[in-house]
Amino acid sequence: MAGDGVGPELMGHVKQVFRYAGVPVDFEEIRLDREHNDSEAFRQALLAVKRNGTALKGSVETGIDSPTGSLNAQLRTELDLFASVIKVQSIPGVQTRHDNIDVVIIRENTEGEYSNLEHENVPGVVESLKIITAAKSTRIARYAFNYAVEHGRKKVTAVHKANIMKLGDGLFLECCRKVSEEFPQIEFESMIIDNCSMQMVSRPQQFDVMVLPNLYGNIVGNIAAGLTGGQGVVPGMNIGENYAIFESGTRNSGRSIAGKDIANPAAMLLASADLLEHIGLKSHSELIRDAVIKVIVEDKIHTPDLGGQATTVQVVQAVIGHVREKTKQWYSHVH
Amino acid sequence: MATRVLKSLLAPSVRTLCRRYSSQDARTVTLIPGDGIGPEISAAVQQIFSAAQVPISWEAVDVTPVKGPDGKFRIPPKAIESMNKNKLGLKGPLATPIGKGHPSLNLALRKEFSLYANVRPCKSVEGYETVYKDVDLVTIRENTEGEYSGIEHIIVDGVVQSIKLITEQASRRVAEFAFEYAKLNGRDMVTAVHKANIMRMSDGLFLKCCRAAAEKHKDIKFNEMYLDTVCLNMVQDPSQFDVLVMPNLYGDILSDLCAGLIGGLGVTPSGNIGENGAAIFESVHGTAPDIAGQDKANPTALLLSAVMMLRHMGLTEHARKIEKACFETIREGNVRTADLGGSSKCSEYTQEICRKVEAMD
Repeated sequence: MAGDGVGPELMGHVKQVFRYAGVPVDFEEIRLDREHNDSEAFRQALLAVKRNGTALKGSVETGIDSPTGSLNAQLRTELDLFASVIKVQSIPGVQTRHDNIDVVIIRENTEGEYSNLEHENVPGVVESLKIITAAKSTRIARYAFNYAVEHGRKKVTAVHKANIMKLGDGLFLECCRKVSEEFPQIEFESMIIDNCSMQMVSRPQQFDVMVLPNLYGNIVGNIAAGLTGGQGVVPGMNIGENYAIFESGTRNSGRSIAGKDIANPAAMLLASADLLEHIGLKSHSELIRDAVIKVIVEDKIHTPDLGGQATTVQVVQAVIGHVREKTKQWYSHVH
Repeated sequence: MATRVLKSLLAPSVRTLCRRYSSQDARTVTLIPGDGIGPEISAAVQQIFSAAQVPISWEAVDVTPVKGPDGKFRIPPKAIESMNKNKLGLKGPLATPIGKGHPSLNLALRKEFSLYANVRPCKSVEGYETVYKDVDLVTIRENTEGEYSGIEHIIVDGVVQSIKLITEQASRRVAEFAFEYAKLNGRDMVTAVHKANIMRMSDGLFLKCCRAAAEKHKDIKFNEMYLDTVCLNMVQDPSQFDVLVMPNLYGDILSDLCAGLIGGLGVTPSGNIGENGAAIFESVHGTAPDIAGQDKANPTALLLSAVMMLRHMGLTEHARKIEKACFETIREGNVRTADLGGSSKCSEYTQEICRKVEAMD
């Protein structure tokens, strides 16, 4: 699902890289964007993901006056992709103010402030409902702790504002606490969101795995992405029980740079690598991921967002270059 | 008659002093020392103000809530009377328990005095450097509604609903204030921060009010940005931001984020502006119970907030002197408190600033 903005061009690049890497994957292309956003288009998109199980996605722009609301959010809710996972790591060679960042942000993806339940009781007075449930909070907490165990991580930090939203965030926090008791080997701590934001910009190295409700996850995820190089280099994934959608970590459509060949393809390529790993194509996943990282770290071919002057195509060509080198080695082994 | 004769006999400089003093009689300001380190940092500010001969007299009040006849916790009436009379307050940190007990006192104060805008100027502190060197922005946060309306219900067991309330009235009020503040303080641009792609009605309404205010103040530039984009950009290049206006929750988070950019809550001032000229200036850090009473606290945040108050009152010369003394002390680096990387006591830091202020006269 290419979506809007830079989505279409980036999808094109992903397909090209996949071709050169010999990835045994066929793409079913779905049009869901600013111009194709009616209920039929949405239904088709939903069916397609259900049919195939995984998707790679660009961002669908939501007009402020749009009658349907964010289609991106609706997709996530309908498919019950309850966990948004964003992995941020300091990248050598990418100039940032902080080093040694290695954080995994696990964000509840289907409720909270994104419940899309608003009403105007009286003209000029609007209520927006934030829903927190024990079931979803427990589910995301358990996902976070399991993730920590599976990936050898040591600490989970739950982020909340339970001093103000005593019932809502209080419930979220309590669920996290209860789950943490099932994982005594993992350190558990909690932090209030405003303090967390402050800590992120002064000492981000203190964080390991973080689990958060929807909106705070959005905020912290973007802060973390900004600290490690920005929207061009951070991939994101939305995981559910049965389906998964991979996209850029900050979910920007990149409208202002669409078609200018300056978008950084790294985030989308890394997301596609994550997708391959998810469906079991581990060596292809590593092949692409290694190639992208080599281009950024060793070749230092940087697009403007990283302070360089390369074009998107130049980066993609370089990635393909590394991919072809590696695949040649594979095939030369065979013969 | 006798006074007139007396005044004409006095030297001109003394006459001026008399005239100024009588037209600017000591203004009474309500002082809320707060909990934890609150009392000691308030004392420090009072000490510095007296060294600078600021024409202010302090009326200290306690805001620990008392149970009313209906069983609800309220701010003691004496504190309310004091603020209503003086219109100006300086406040130290107050403790708020998590998850239970009485509702947040800070919130109650804001509601009681209609403090609708929280203003936090964040400027890189010369001499106390962080990895962000060129921060100079102001966050203006709607302070009375939004996600902090305090309205929550347990719908059924395990399902909680928290209500975020956005009204046209409050949004318009804070938007207007943001543009006026920008104009009064020589700022170029106001950015409205929102998430109207997700919360279309509520943030949409807020945005509409900001746009309307922008129309009325065409001399100030205006733009809109999603909250997540602001966060993403803020940590990469904070110099692109000037004045930011936003609803309550985003403001809470963003203003703390910006405080983090310049060195934390220990050096960040804050002011709450209300209707009818009322204003409470406060330090926004916590009560730091672990160091309370040990003469280790850093009074800078409260001091800078008090300086903000002086400017608000028109006592710009006093404000300038005290601020200068404070920044010089930090820049020189010999007498800093532990949180700023030094090893001095609160009293030593305070005395150094007093010394500098007195030397300026």
